[in-house]
Amino acid sequence: MFLDTVVYALINSVILALMAIGFNLTFGISGVANFAYGALYVTAAYVSWMLLNLIKLPYFLSAFISILFTTLLGALMYRFILLRVRGQALSEVIATFGIGLAILELFRYLGFVGFEYTLPVFIDQSFFILGAFVDMQRILIVIFGALLILGLWVFTHHTSLGLAFRGIAQDERTALSLGIDSDWIATLAVSFGAGLAAIAATIIIPLGSISPSEGYSVLIKALAVCIIGGLGSTGGVIVASFIIGFAERFTDSYISSHWTMIVSLAAILIVLIVKPSGLFGEQKELEERI
Amino acid sequence: MEKRKERIDRGIKVRSGDIFALCSWREMLFLAAPRLIPILGFLILPLLLGAYWQKVLLSVAVFALLAISWDILAQSGMISLGQALFFGMGAYASGVFNHYWGWHPLVALPFATVMGGVICTALLLPVLRLRGIYFAMVRLIIPLMLVRIIEATKIFGGTEGLSGIVPLPSKWLELYLVMGALMAALFGFRRMPDSDYGLVLKGINDNDRSVMNAGINIYWFKAQALFISSSIGAFSGAFMTHVYMFVGMPVFALDYSILPIAAAVVGGPGNLAGATLGAFILVPLSEILRGIGGLRIVLYGLFLVIFIVALPEGIFHYIQRKYHQFERWVEVEG
Repeated sequence: MFLDTVVYALINSVILALMAIGFNLTFGISGVANFAYGALYVTAAYVSWMLLNLIKLPYFLSAFISILFTTLLGALMYRFILLRVRGQALSEVIATFGIGLAILELFRYLGFVGFEYTLPVFIDQSFFILGAFVDMQRILIVIFGALLILGLWVFTHHTSLGLAFRGIAQDERTALSLGIDSDWIATLAVSFGAGLAAIAATIIIPLGSISPSEGYSVLIKALAVCIIGGLGSTGGVIVASFIIGFAERFTDSYISSHWTMIVSLAAILIVLIVKPSGLFGEQKELEERI
Repeated sequence: MEKRKERIDRGIKVRSGDIFALCSWREMLFLAAPRLIPILGFLILPLLLGAYWQKVLLSVAVFALLAISWDILAQSGMISLGQALFFGMGAYASGVFNHYWGWHPLVALPFATVMGGVICTALLLPVLRLRGIYFAMVRLIIPLMLVRIIEATKIFGGTEGLSGIVPLPSKWLELYLVMGALMAALFGFRRMPDSDYGLVLKGINDNDRSVMNAGINIYWFKAQALFISSSIGAFSGAFMTHVYMFVGMPVFALDYSILPIAAAVVGGPGNLAGATLGAFILVPLSEILRGIGGLRIVLYGLFLVIFIVALPEGIFHYIQRKYHQFERWVEVEG
């Protein structure tokens, strides 16, 4: 009982980290809180479902195309809408929220709800780990999650584009004076965030089904993780997703599954009271929060 | 030959700017019409409309109140994506007073208004230390999580809600109560941004650190703004509880968060009259579009994006400008 809870909590934490990391990347670099994040996540899943079932493309090709499509969608969203309201927090929030709402409710209106809307698992196999029955997909999630976080770390620390990203995040004007185009980097940041949402969707959706309400819950989970961890801090996101992941899974097995949401809410409120900038949010602490 | 657009105040606006407005009826009417027309409209509309559109008018007024409450918060630098929290708190407070304790609706309503305001303010006190996007994020999450909490703990009727709540004594009382509340909120808080108190709130929106520098406790002022705003929201929730004779989890639904924002943005953010105008446009529009069902929310989303990007000042400011000024093309001098 205890050990398999730990195993599932670990998997749950990686899922949360995967969901939050794209949101966090976009916010950390361009300062755009992408409230359309959940909608992009669901869009990626629906696109690969449509390619798979309506055009009958092979699974991995359709997943690849949908990730590219969502990345492009993020870039277009920034170029044509967000660029015009850049720097006005209220307008950015309302614009992204409006986009997300329109996308999600359009899918709901078109009737994309039901159990048939799901993606196949990559490899259909299961194992016993520490007495817990774990299927291959969940193991792949952990592996992919670890690789993705590692890849992101290498990207932001050891490539010139990644260093430009961090430059913009730290001080936009100084970065501009060194010849880094902040609009272009912000476009890339939003589109990479969208791409990460698509990758997360491709890996995680096979465990459940695709539905518009999934979009809202992904957005809520990503926000919860980012608020606790401290926005814009990758380390914070990982720690926070482990905190929420373990807390959720343990309340689920030892109290009741209804209480998982309450644990997250309580965690958010407690963290905000004790440390308003989040656990690891020392960066830009003074500027963005008081 | 290049030309540019020039905007000049209308003569009548200049003439009616000070005491000389009393010179002629035209000038006085110019000043009074924008105030009198909505008041007369609020008073006469309930008499003219049929039973169905009277119900629509009720929800217009309720959403206008929510939009006003959103706008007061937004003017104080707090972006709220969860007006449903205020609405739901008021609705549940009134429902509990009436259902468990048997209070008369006319007693439950004011108590629920204050109670809802107090609970919301207390719940959001830790969040007041955040600003901008951070505040918006937490505000988006809280109502959605409260729904799950009611579902989990099964308090106040759980998923079924509380039904059999006593309605207000008469239909006319209902209509004029909400119209009166709308007018009170609209005209009562209209002058607030220009008062000393409103200037502090505006200062918090513009630059909170310089307000702190002036030795003003911004959290105390933010808490007060939050209380004002959440009381208005709670009133609309409590009122709707007695109209529907039911309170349940739908009161925390996304509709009550989105429509007020959409109304304020379409009407004109930063102005209470704009928020009201937005509600008077959007709610009847959505009633006409009832046939297309879920597509309505898609339209709200698109409205939000289009207005924020293309007409960020909103309809009200546009009309106001046309009313006060005229435009003409003039040649650009070398």
